[in-house]
Amino acid sequence: MSSYNLTHLAQLEHEAIFIMREVAAQFERPALLFSGGKDSIVMVRLAQKAFAPAKIPFPLVHIDTGHNFEETITFRDWLAKDTGSRLVVRYVADSIKAGRAQEEKGPNPSRNGLQTITLLDTIEEFRYDACLGGARRDEEKARAKERFFSHRDEFGQWDPKNQRPELWNLFNGRKNPGEHFRVFPLSNWTEMDVWQYIAREKLDIPSIYFTHQREVVNRNGVLLSKSPYITLLEGEKYETRTVRYRTVGDSTCTGAVESDAADLAAIIQEVASARQTERGTRADDKRSETAMEDRKKAGYF
Amino acid sequence: MTAATPVHQHTDQHYLAMDLLRFTTAGSVDDGKSTLIGRLLYDSKAIFEDQLEAIERATEQRGEDHLNLSLLTDGLRAEREQGITIDVAYRYFATPRRKFIVADTPGHIQYTRNMVTGASTANLAIILIDARKGVIEQTCRHSFIASLLRIPHVVVCVNKMDLVEFSEARFNEIVAAYSEFASRLEIPDIKFIPISALHGDNVVDRSPRTPWYQGSPLLYTLETVYIGSDVNHIDARFPVQTVIRPNNDEHHDFRGFAGRVAGGVFKPGDEIVSQPSGLTSRIKSIHGPAGDLEEAFAPMSVVMTLEDEIDVSRGDTITKANNPPNVTQDIEAMICWFSDKKLVPNGKYIIRHTTREAKSVIKGVRYKVNINTLHKLEGDTEIGMNDIGRIQLRTAVPLIADAYQRNRNTGSFILIDEFTNATVAAGMIL
Ligand SMILES: Nc1nc2c(ncn2[C@@H]2O[C@H](COP(=O)(O)OP(=O)(O)O)[C@@H](O)[C@H]2O)c(=O)[nH]1
Ligand SMILES: [Mg+2]
Repeated sequence: MSSYNLTHLAQLEHEAIFIMREVAAQFERPALLFSGGKDSIVMVRLAQKAFAPAKIPFPLVHIDTGHNFEETITFRDWLAKDTGSRLVVRYVADSIKAGRAQEEKGPNPSRNGLQTITLLDTIEEFRYDACLGGARRDEEKARAKERFFSHRDEFGQWDPKNQRPELWNLFNGRKNPGEHFRVFPLSNWTEMDVWQYIAREKLDIPSIYFTHQREVVNRNGVLLSKSPYITLLEGEKYETRTVRYRTVGDSTCTGAVESDAADLAAIIQEVASARQTERGTRADDKRSETAMEDRKKAGYF
Repeated sequence: MTAATPVHQHTDQHYLAMDLLRFTTAGSVDDGKSTLIGRLLYDSKAIFEDQLEAIERATEQRGEDHLNLSLLTDGLRAEREQGITIDVAYRYFATPRRKFIVADTPGHIQYTRNMVTGASTANLAIILIDARKGVIEQTCRHSFIASLLRIPHVVVCVNKMDLVEFSEARFNEIVAAYSEFASRLEIPDIKFIPISALHGDNVVDRSPRTPWYQGSPLLYTLETVYIGSDVNHIDARFPVQTVIRPNNDEHHDFRGFAGRVAGGVFKPGDEIVSQPSGLTSRIKSIHGPAGDLEEAFAPMSVVMTLEDEIDVSRGDTITKANNPPNVTQDIEAMICWFSDKKLVPNGKYIIRHTTREAKSVIKGVRYKVNINTLHKLEGDTEIGMNDIGRIQLRTAVPLIADAYQRNRNTGSFILIDEFTNATVAAGMIL
């Protein structure tokens, strides 16, 4: 074997760094969409590496639904400080107050869809022309069709049937005023790659990824955490289980999984033998066959 | 179904030592592409229960009786409704030896455009042939595209062997016909495998029903094909993406050139020439994602610092004195056209090549290729959607380029419509 070989994880890392630098070079006002979850934590590390010894040349932007896990918010603030990044937070609650968005009705009203409104308003407010996101193609079938450089029209909409072909390492970020791009450097990463990278880089992650005791209610097979935003239905009750989270979204739509994985090695073992995709724990994706595609078309992450 | 070594037997050591193979699948409609990919995903445990359940539900709703694995790759609403694949979908699976990225490119109308896209980053192409039909026009077209895009490895899978009683004679007939045709192409490495994607013969395990076949099953072939020499490690090329200048006291004088090595090997101490300026210097240091490096090679993303303060910026290419690139404003190239707006003779387009973007004008169309017969149509210069042809191009600033056949990174470009910003063509420099 020639010595000029790179492991697949190294190749993914070099690819993601290349994409981030293209964003810095091709756009005037990029931002990194930061959720506090594992994918965006990996994104921040890659951005640090891409521009070292300079600081990350774009702000971290968080669209806060108000339904986040507290641990994620604490972690978000710590990471922004630790990396010396500017943190921009915009609240779905403000969009609702301003009458730009309306709260869902029902037993677990989700603000997941409303995030799109706040996100697009934020993009407009700061005139961001490229938003880096940590979405991966292996997550969900509509995401499998995403480009690295994904064009959004002046209404922030995605047109999956009319995407620009992407060839070699040539990325076309040209656009008209008012349009923007979503850019996904982790497109080719799998859930396993992300965990392996976190382990290799010894990255800190929010505590809810590790096993803990939590009061949960089982709703349609999804274990939802006890929270002020959830109303118990008839026959439902909270019970304490030993759980962790595989993905971190809103507490109202992200389910916990029963697990006693207490460290990264145990999580990796669990991911390797998992028989459910990580989004299998997301109630927001279960709403319909094409729930993700529909939200993405409207401008979702 | 037989199972490959389950993923959970990976140790961390294994996982961190795995390399990466990107491949694409080609075949006409119903040759078994989706079935084959579905089987590879299933057998390598890359399909999860909830995905399987979702497909089962969807299959049932559609009133179909066998599990429709194509629903795994056809993710968009319109695709499911119309039973077609709209464009390239990427799939991922891993065995203990390698991680795989599969570009699943659909048949139908926009086939050429999609296959070219999938092929542009592939190390290997699987070309499927229906054993009953043998080598058909489509097979020739797919092979031509694989050769044009310089995919180094082609695996011809003769599929549906169960429908020809696993006949050795039929297999040999197809191998002979294909080899005859392929001798007119430039594909460095061609392998043939008799398979049944539906029943799994020679996909993961060697089939007892083809005792006459001495070669490896498909998965083993994918796991072991040697890809170390697919990248150019001879001609040193470093297209600069951006300049890194931290504005802080600690790194006050730091000025680093960030980019991805496109060819050759760079080491600290090397004499370099920046193109197109021709300015020279020496490499002071190279920084990679994991720290300082003794050497950098493709496709590594690194930052270089130089001994001298020379003017280098995005779009320039750092090279070495030996094996210089072509620095030229006149390009001869093969292109594949992607837009339903036809190529405009003498039209102006934006060209994007390495990290450089420039205006360009089409000076002429030399010929169009009939991609089924490989005939050059000298009189036919009308280039529309999915057409492949040879053009002359003049660029407003010099490109720092190599022939595509020598280096896929520095020999490729795209053309962009300056009014719609659409990517309208993919080009390969001759
Ligand atoms: N008998 C037999 N049928 C096959 C085989 N591979 C695929 N098929 C069938 O051929 C049809 C088309 O397969 P599909 O994978 O959808 O083809 P695609 O259009 O190339 O993706 C389906 O009905 C498959 O079940 C095979 O090896 N043997
Ligand atoms: Mg198919």
